[in-house]
Amino acid sequence: MKHGKYRFIAGFLVLPLAIYAIFVISPFVQAIYYSLTDWTGLSPDMKMVGFDNYARLFQDEVFWSAVGNSVTLLLLLPVVTLSLGLFFAFMLNVGGRRRKKAVIGGVRGSGAYKILYFFPQVLSVPIVALLFQFAYNPESGALNAFFDAIGLDGVQPDWLGDPQIALWCVMAAMVWANVGFYVVLFSAGMSSIPKDFYEAALLDGANRFNTFFRITLPLLWDTVQTGWIYMGILALDVSAFAFVQIMSVGPGGPDYSTEVLPLYVYQKTFRDGQAGYATAIGVSLLIVTLVFSAVVMRLGRRERLEF
Amino acid sequence: MSAQTDPADLPGVTKEHTPAPDAARLPGPRGGQAHKDGHGGGSSEGKVLNVFSHGVLVIWGLLVTMPLLWAVVSSFKDDSEIFGSPWGLPSVLHFENWSRAWDKANMGQYFLNSLIVVGGSLIGTMLLGSMAAYVLARFDFPGNRFLYFLFVGGMGFPVILALVPLFFVMKNMALLDTYHGLILVYIAYSLPFTVFFLSGFFRTLPTSVAEAALIDGASHTRTFFQVMLPMAKPGLISVGIFNFLGQWNQYLLPTVLNVGEPDKKMLTQGLVALAVSQGYKGDWSGLFAGLTIAMLPVLAAYIIFQRQVVAGLTAGALK
Repeated sequence: MKHGKYRFIAGFLVLPLAIYAIFVISPFVQAIYYSLTDWTGLSPDMKMVGFDNYARLFQDEVFWSAVGNSVTLLLLLPVVTLSLGLFFAFMLNVGGRRRKKAVIGGVRGSGAYKILYFFPQVLSVPIVALLFQFAYNPESGALNAFFDAIGLDGVQPDWLGDPQIALWCVMAAMVWANVGFYVVLFSAGMSSIPKDFYEAALLDGANRFNTFFRITLPLLWDTVQTGWIYMGILALDVSAFAFVQIMSVGPGGPDYSTEVLPLYVYQKTFRDGQAGYATAIGVSLLIVTLVFSAVVMRLGRRERLEF
Repeated sequence: MSAQTDPADLPGVTKEHTPAPDAARLPGPRGGQAHKDGHGGGSSEGKVLNVFSHGVLVIWGLLVTMPLLWAVVSSFKDDSEIFGSPWGLPSVLHFENWSRAWDKANMGQYFLNSLIVVGGSLIGTMLLGSMAAYVLARFDFPGNRFLYFLFVGGMGFPVILALVPLFFVMKNMALLDTYHGLILVYIAYSLPFTVFFLSGFFRTLPTSVAEAALIDGASHTRTFFQVMLPMAKPGLISVGIFNFLGQWNQYLLPTVLNVGEPDKKMLTQGLVALAVSQGYKGDWSGLFAGLTIAMLPVLAAYIIFQRQVVAGLTAGALK
């Protein structure tokens, strides 16, 4: 029996483990090694250069502008997205007219709102990015046409072409794409909070803003924290890459105003043929990610509320 | 939305006619009761809030739907209408935009490519992911914890860092620009979350059923496929939907690993390529048709399976 058990374990693990090791683990380990070489990515020969790539990072202005933009996204994207998500979820679940017997209630049609708000979540990033690219088009885009229609024809920003606002335009698309998910997620959390908590608070004279900050938010804290980490990783990795690569002019924006770290890694490898240097940028991205996760865990640590 | 329809609000309406301060009403038992039922001090606040929240919710609803509707409407216009009156309705429905996008711009082929790759990788991910998760969750053996964290750790690392070496791993194995190569990579990068989620799920299943099956003489393998997997169906559906959407919408991996033959592009890649080339050609209506072709099936599927999709996507975040 014992023999059979180990054979079974090995049999079930060997294939998933092999695929995972070859395509995920080994590239990660290799990346650390390549970051210490002068590899171009094209030729098989390379030599060790120690920490030269990392030293070069300090002189690279584009790198620092990418770091700045990535950190801006990292700090602002979760705040804006989660705040809007919490706000709408609270409206949907608690913002309604009070009916008899129910201390708090959702607005009428909250289910329909939730279905609608979730739409962008099931669309792929290229679809969302292209939609917004059209909307931002300075000549014929929906936004400037709208400004025209309401008499603001003097205000015709270049949107993605303007280095001052390009990053905000990209960020708006990312917020748009993700808010719906958090509305639904937080709604699910809110509906599981016992109603008598609100009853007691309202009896004590609390208004709804108080109930939000004293009851809803503390009891949802775990979910908010998970969402925070999700959004942070999104802001640093795949999603930021796709949005910026597709939407921004350049890509990377005018004056690198929308350059972000993952896109810079991609460009250095596949456009400039500097794979060694690119992986060094990637390692610095990994460090930013790890620091971010540690900080969120640390700040978010508070007593878990059971109910 | 008028206030008169809801009888529960009548006391609040009366209160507006005779504005008595709250304190005067409170001492009596009725006052206290009214407060508890929410017809006391909170009523006018509730009404203002009600209008306010509906207003805000409708605005966001419009913000979400307008771009999508706008794309669908634009896909029926011709180019001059798209530029001339971006917000107007098409004068004639130009269905030929759609057929042009489907045939000439290869959207049909890209759609098929995505179906093949996602079909293969979804089956592979579910099978291999549940096998690994089952073993890691329910069997005790040396190295179990290490392997578990090795799998789960993959969730937190930036994918972009692995891409450069991955490109060469694939190149050396002659897997670039092939369906099976992409399938293998999609499976590999879906395993961390799948193993994490399903091993949590397998741990919650009762042991007694599996033991009974073993005592009846079923092998471990048979127990897994005939007893445990059917019992894990809700978890499999959740993680299956999560993986389907993730793989269907995958953009970064094919952008790097699938660039050889133009016919082999995934839908997301094809759409971006279309945007670039049509942008030069000036075929904006074809582009909007392509966008709509990519968008509508997913939205339709979401509306039909709305409950399951939401449960599947949020299950991961709630644990």
